[in-house]
Amino acid sequence: MKTMLDSIVSGYAGKRREALLPLLWEVQTAYGFISAEAVHAVSHTLRVPEADIYGVIGFYSLFHDQPTGERIIRVCADPVCGMHGADTLLDDLCQRLDISLGETTTDGQFTVERAPCLGLCDHAPAALISQRGQGESAVAPITSADSLVDGTLSRVAPSVIEGELRVLLEGVQPDHAQSLADYGDYAALRKALGLSPEAVIEAVSQSGLIGRGGAAFPTGRKWQGARQSASDVRYLICNADESEPGTFKDRVLLEGCPHRLIEGIAIAAYAAGAGQGYIFVRGEYPMAYQRLQAALDEAHAAGWLGENVLGTGFSLHIELRRGAGAYICGEETALFEAIEGKRGFPRIKPPYPTVAGLFGKPTVVNNVETLCAVPDIIANGAEHFRNRGTKDSAGSKLVSVSGHVRRPGVYEILPGLPLRQLLEEQCGGVEGRLQAVLMGGASGTFLMPDELDTPLTFENLRAIGSTFGSGAVMVFNDTVDMRDVLTRLAHFFQHESCGKCFPCQLGTQRQLEILKRTPLPGDTQRLHDIGRTMTEASLCGLGQTAASAILSAMKKLPDVFDRDTHDGHQQDNHADH
Amino acid sequence: MDTSKTITLTIDGQEVTVPEGTTLLEAARQLGSDVPVICYHEATTSNGLCRICVVDVNGGRVLQPACVAACQAGAAVSTRNGRVERSRRTILEMLNSAVDLSAAPEIGALMTDYQADPQRFPEAAARDHELMDDNPFYVRDYSQCVLCWRCVQVCGSDAQYTFALTLDGRGYDTHVSTAFSIPMTESPCVFCGQCIGVCPTGALKPKIEWGLEKGLSHDEIRQMTRQKRRRKHMDE
Repeated sequence: MKTMLDSIVSGYAGKRREALLPLLWEVQTAYGFISAEAVHAVSHTLRVPEADIYGVIGFYSLFHDQPTGERIIRVCADPVCGMHGADTLLDDLCQRLDISLGETTTDGQFTVERAPCLGLCDHAPAALISQRGQGESAVAPITSADSLVDGTLSRVAPSVIEGELRVLLEGVQPDHAQSLADYGDYAALRKALGLSPEAVIEAVSQSGLIGRGGAAFPTGRKWQGARQSASDVRYLICNADESEPGTFKDRVLLEGCPHRLIEGIAIAAYAAGAGQGYIFVRGEYPMAYQRLQAALDEAHAAGWLGENVLGTGFSLHIELRRGAGAYICGEETALFEAIEGKRGFPRIKPPYPTVAGLFGKPTVVNNVETLCAVPDIIANGAEHFRNRGTKDSAGSKLVSVSGHVRRPGVYEILPGLPLRQLLEEQCGGVEGRLQAVLMGGASGTFLMPDELDTPLTFENLRAIGSTFGSGAVMVFNDTVDMRDVLTRLAHFFQHESCGKCFPCQLGTQRQLEILKRTPLPGDTQRLHDIGRTMTEASLCGLGQTAASAILSAMKKLPDVFDRDTHDGHQQDNHADH
Repeated sequence: MDTSKTITLTIDGQEVTVPEGTTLLEAARQLGSDVPVICYHEATTSNGLCRICVVDVNGGRVLQPACVAACQAGAAVSTRNGRVERSRRTILEMLNSAVDLSAAPEIGALMTDYQADPQRFPEAAARDHELMDDNPFYVRDYSQCVLCWRCVQVCGSDAQYTFALTLDGRGYDTHVSTAFSIPMTESPCVFCGQCIGVCPTGALKPKIEWGLEKGLSHDEIRQMTRQKRRRKHMDE
C-alpha cells in the first residue's frame, strides 16, 4: 500500500538537492515532524546523504525531527510583543496546557514554543500556528491564551497603511491582495521590454534607487555588475525573508500588491539578463506566500511571465520558495544556501553574488521594497522618482512604526521628513512620554528625544551614527525597562546566530547571559569587548550588527548599565571607535 | 588563477610581492609574521570560522580573516594591533568559557600570548557533552570540540565522501552529529580515521590513546573493544 510519505516523496522523483526544503516542508506539514524513515526516503529520492538532511532539519526552527503536537503554537516575545504581555501569555498558555515551553501535551494535541519577531508588531502580541495537515497561519493581536487553544483566533487584523503619499502602496488595501484586474497591465514591463537592458539599468541608476533591505547598495550598479559577469545563466532573487525585529513593511507589500513586486522582478530580470527568478519568502509569512502564489499564477496565465513574454524573446520563470525559520537566510549568501537545500550558513565574500551567487552563477538579490519601486521608475522616469526625497535618498520610503505610538503601521514617507513629524503627525503621537526610539531594527541604534528633529534620510541618519536599516521605527515610552528590551534583542540574536563563525556563535550567547543576570562587576566592559569583537571580526552582517543596539545603548542609555560601574572598569574606552 | 601576475603590499611595515590570489596568511608567513590560526588546516577547505587569524587591512571597518582574504595591491596590513588583539583575546576568552581546552596546548599558548583571562566569563554556560564511546576505534568528547568543522569536511567532500557526520543545531548549540545521533557503528562511517587526524583538540581520540591516558593496560583496552564487538555481533 502506498503511504502518504511515498506519495509525497514520489512527487520529487528526478529532482535534486535544491528541492530539499520544499520536500521537507511537505513532510513536516503532513506529519508534524520529519522522521528517520522520512529522511531515508528523501535521501534516496534527492540523492543527499542522510546526515546532511538531518543537519538541515536541525538548522531551521520550523522543522522538527521529533513528534510535535497537532497544533504548534509559537508566540513572539521580541521587544514589541514583549511590551504587550507576551511573557504572561506564554506562561498562561503553558499553565493551561500543563507543559513547559518547548514541550508537547501528553495527549499530543499542542506544542508551545517561543518565536522570534513575526513581523506583526503593529498588532502585538502575535503568534504563528502550525496545524498538522494544514500548515501555517499567523494570528494577531492575541486576546487570550484560551483563544489560541480553542482556535477562535484565525487571522491578523489589517495593518494601518498611511503616509504622505501613495506610490509603493498605491491601491494597496489592508485586507486583501490586489488582483491582476485591480492592478492592471504590467505597463512598465511592456515599456522596459521596448528598451535595451542597458537603458533600463541606466534609468534605475539615474533614479538614485538604493537598496531598501538595510545595506543601501545602489540598485542599478548591482544589476550592471551581474549583467557584466560572463555567464550563460543568471538569477534574480527577491529577498522576502523580512525578519528584522520591528519590520513589517515587506509583509504589507507582499500581501497587498504582489503584482507590483512581480512586475518589478520581471523588469529587474530583463535588465540583469536573468531567465530564472526566485522569491524567497520567510516561512512565518503564510498569507504572503499564498497571495504571491496566486498572483504568480495570474501573471503567468496572462502572459507576463513564462516563455517569450509579449513576443519579445524575453523569458522568465519565477519559483516561489519559503524559508523554514532562520533570520540568517535574509543574508543573501545564506539565502543561496537555503535555496540549494543546505544549512543557511553565510558564505565568505568575495566572490560577490553578482559574480558567483546561486549555484555559482551571477545573481542579483533585491529586497521586496526595492523591486516594488522599479515599475514607477520605468513608467514615470528616473527624474520623477529622483525628485522625491533628497539627493542621496531618492524616492519614497516605507517605515514600519511600532511600539508606543497611537497608530502603529506602515507609512510611506518622503525622505527628509523629521522623525518628530512622523511620530506626531503621521502616527498620531507618542503614547506617554518618549524614552527612546530604536531605529533600523534589532541591528539598529537608539535615537533619543533630543534627536527627534533628525530628518529621516540615509545620509542624515548615517551622519549621527544611526541607520535607516530596514526602516523599522520602534518607539518606547518611559514605562519601558530598557534593559528588558536589550535582553530581548540579545535573545533574538542568540536564537538566530547560525553558529558558523566563533565571534557571533559565542558572543551572542555570552551577551545574552550577561544581560539576563544581575550585573556582576566588569559586565559592562565584557559587553563592550564582546560587542566590538562581534562587530569587527564576525563573518557576516548578522554578527557584525548583533551588538549594535547594545553598544548604542551604552552611549545613549548609560543608566541601563549603571548598576555595573562600581567595578573600576568604567566605560573609558567605549568611544574608541 | 593567473599566477604570473604579482601584486605588492605592505604587511607590518614590510613590503612584499606575491602572486595574485595569495592569501594574507600565506603572505604574512612568507615574511615570518606570526598570524595565529585555529580552524585553518592546509588539507581542508578554509571557511574563515574561528576568526583568530583576523588582521587589520587599511584600518577598515571590519577586520579580515587572513586565511581566506586575498592580498590586495597597495594594501597596508597590520597583523597585530589593538583592535586585532582585542578580537583575538575576546574570542579566546569566550572559547575557553565554552569548551574544555585542556587537550589543546596550541590554543593554551595563544591564551598566554594574548593575555586572555581564563576566568573572563563567570557563570557562562559551557558546552558540556557526555563522552561517546560507541565503536572500537575512537571515542568522541564534544565538550572539547571547538567547531572547526574539519572532521565533517574530511568525512565529506574534502576527502572521504562518506558523509557520516553533519553539523546539527544552530548558534551556540551547534554540534557535530551523525544522522539522528545514531551510533557510529550504525552510521556510514568506514573508520578511516581521517577525522581524528585533523581534530585540533582532544575531542576525537583513538581508543587506545584514550585508554592509556586513563591508566588502562593494552590488554584491558583490547578486551574492552573485543567485548563490544562480540556484544554487537550477538545482538544481530
